Amino acid sequence: MSPEHWTRPSRPDERDRIADTAVPAATSATPTREQVIAGLRATSEGGADLVQLLTPEGQRVSHPDFDIDITDEQLRGMYRDMVLVRRADREGNALQRQGQLGIWVPLLGQEAAQIGAGRALLPQDMAFPSYREHGVAWCRGIDPTELLGIFRGTDHGSWDPNETGMGLYTIVIGNQCVNATGYAMGQKFEGKVGNSGDDATANEATMVFFGDGATSQGDVHEGMVWASVYDAPVVFFCQNNQWAISEPTERQSRIPLYERAKGYGFPGIRVDGNDVLASLAVSRWAMNEARQGNGPLLIEAFTYRMDAHTTSDDATRYRMGDELEAWKLKDPIERLRVHLLREQIADQEFLDGVETEADELAARFRQFCVDMSDPPPERIFSAAYAEESPVVAAQREDYLDYLSGFADSGHDTEGSVR
Amino acid sequence: MAAPTMESTGSSTTPTQTVTIAKGLNMALRNAMERDPKVLVMGEDVGKLGGVFRITDGLQKDFGEHRVLDTPLAESGIIGTAIGLAMRGFRPVCEIQFDGFIFPGFDQIVSQLSKMHYRSQGKVKVPVVIRVPFGGGIGAVEHHSESPESLFAHVAGLKVVSCSNPVDAYWMLQQAIDCDDPVLFFEPKRRYWEKGQLDPEAEHLPLVSSAVLRTGSDVTVATYGPMVKTCMDAATAAEEDGNDIEVIDLRSLSPLDLGPVAESVRRTGRLVVVSESPPESSVTSEVATRVQQECFYSLEAPVLRVNGFDTPYPPSKLEEGYLPDLDRVLDAVDRSLAY
Ligand SMILES: Cc1ncc(C[n+]2csc(CCOP(=O)(O)OP(=O)(O)O)c2C)c(N)n1
Repeated sequence: MSPEHWTRPSRPDERDRIADTAVPAATSATPTREQVIAGLRATSEGGADLVQLLTPEGQRVSHPDFDIDITDEQLRGMYRDMVLVRRADREGNALQRQGQLGIWVPLLGQEAAQIGAGRALLPQDMAFPSYREHGVAWCRGIDPTELLGIFRGTDHGSWDPNETGMGLYTIVIGNQCVNATGYAMGQKFEGKVGNSGDDATANEATMVFFGDGATSQGDVHEGMVWASVYDAPVVFFCQNNQWAISEPTERQSRIPLYERAKGYGFPGIRVDGNDVLASLAVSRWAMNEARQGNGPLLIEAFTYRMDAHTTSDDATRYRMGDELEAWKLKDPIERLRVHLLREQIADQEFLDGVETEADELAARFRQFCVDMSDPPPERIFSAAYAEESPVVAAQREDYLDYLSGFADSGHDTEGSVR
Repeated sequence: MAAPTMESTGSSTTPTQTVTIAKGLNMALRNAMERDPKVLVMGEDVGKLGGVFRITDGLQKDFGEHRVLDTPLAESGIIGTAIGLAMRGFRPVCEIQFDGFIFPGFDQIVSQLSKMHYRSQGKVKVPVVIRVPFGGGIGAVEHHSESPESLFAHVAGLKVVSCSNPVDAYWMLQQAIDCDDPVLFFEPKRRYWEKGQLDPEAEHLPLVSSAVLRTGSDVTVATYGPMVKTCMDAATAAEEDGNDIEVIDLRSLSPLDLGPVAESVRRTGRLVVVSESPPESSVTSEVATRVQQECFYSLEAPVLRVNGFDTPYPPSKLEEGYLPDLDRVLDAVDRSLAY
């Protein structure tokens, strides 16, 4: 199983492998308790095909196809990335609890998957996120404070997708997968794949992020069909965090998700999503394949959502505490920290420095949030259309008139309409 | 159209109780499932979690995983399989988690669900209910606060209804499940926790009927769903200015029961129609058109509307400006009276 082997996956031996996978017999409409438990055990261990470069104990291990060329400085950088992103995330949770945010979508536990993938992107690449991709946003140069408006309710995303190479957060599950494929088709149609030469920006690709639950959606399936038919330079990055709100992955699929790629005719690979090195290595390889013109790929980052689905969710209703405890032992940050110390790539002073930086980020994040002002009422109407709609224009005029009526009559405008 | 007569109920012995809309819906599902083993509940997270709003709380525990199905995360799949199940004699009640997530299933609703009975000339019935928590005012992120009911009211072959209080929640949902037509059932999510008195023995209205909730002689206000409470509050406030407002809960948006509205407008001569949805080509447009057709000579003022705006739903910090509130309803009442 080498990456080369996957570039055209329709060989007979590849097809035979599907027969070997442990698919539960399709007898009952719902999997039996035993099947579910067996499935959970298989999934919590990731299975034999899992690409891992750093064990949960922080040991470097080698993989025949994905050895990675990485400097000590880059390693320290990824540690810093993960710590800072986690700190912003925890602060987001706290701000919601304090009533400063309407909701927060935690990324706790998924830092390695996102930083590994995010750091594999080049500036000219495009990322299409779902709504939990705070780590990817970080890698695209989007300051965490820019996420706040979405969750505080002042905007639907404040960054410019064209400038940052990062689409806006997408809440409707799976929608972005077809958009990403279309974008990638555009990259290809414009001749931005498969070019040789020294120009590092000659080739581009797209990465699209979605969850394990999303894989049930038609849009994700359709995105994959299109991607394969047009050989689009798109990497499907599925973060299998084991749950779609209360529903375990078994509720979405009977086979490991990465194996679905075979059905579309492109490679699928499962990576340890709590291992930032493996996530980076596999994502780099996949993006290179796509930039080279070898078509789409599916990466399943096998990880775990260590917090509730959102701050509105009560995970104790559906998930056992033991499971969380087991996954805490695989914490993505801890394993890199241990590795850095053991290999003397970083010392305590470095770790303390990152901690201080995290404290500063948290304070800045919090202050920014508390200081955010509410948008003015005319924002309701702005940019509903690219070419102004006379209907909307008239509604805006009427509404602003109506508000100013309150001001005239001595009413407190804010109080009356809010 | 004649005023709808009350339907009398079965012989339940439960006494009057104080319940929320959420509880009324939960009781309705439980009753329907107890009465008919072919009633299924299906959707995302409806099992162990009891749905994100807990409307299906406890049902899976009592009826099992084949009656309460935690489905894969795909609305086209939920609705499409419900259609197939209905063709096989089941009566599926689908839960769509939030209004803005119904669109992946829109194709199944429009292309199959709404047309099956017609194209088979009645040979195939699809008694599917699709429950949709709808509307704003809960401070949520995008796609969690929409009012897409007009899109469905426009589709021939569907019934579209919306409850506004616990009694209607309890009865209308059971009637929707009993109905042989597909029903889009819109639930006012921001009112889920509002309470009311429910006497399961009391008489109740048929599914397709509007109801006069408050009589008045000066202006008729017609509305539905989450705006009913707003309009009732506005009517109370209008009393202070000496204005006597009649409030009508439309309840059924398609087909509309215009009778009580027309009758009321013939008395008051004035109509304000209120809904959270964008106004263009909406349920409020329909009510306004039909009232001006049927009551032209009784009208003292043009029919006025109070709606959201023709923009996508704004970020939540702006929703209180977007959503009609008591002041905007009163403003329209004043404008109507000023003619
Ligand atoms: C079309 C659609 N249906 C339902 C929802 C409600 N919803 C939000 S997140 C979620 C679960 C998503 O699970 P998964 O795809 O695994 O991603 P995760 O949140 O675990 O990262 C659901 C059902 C939605 N946002 N969009």
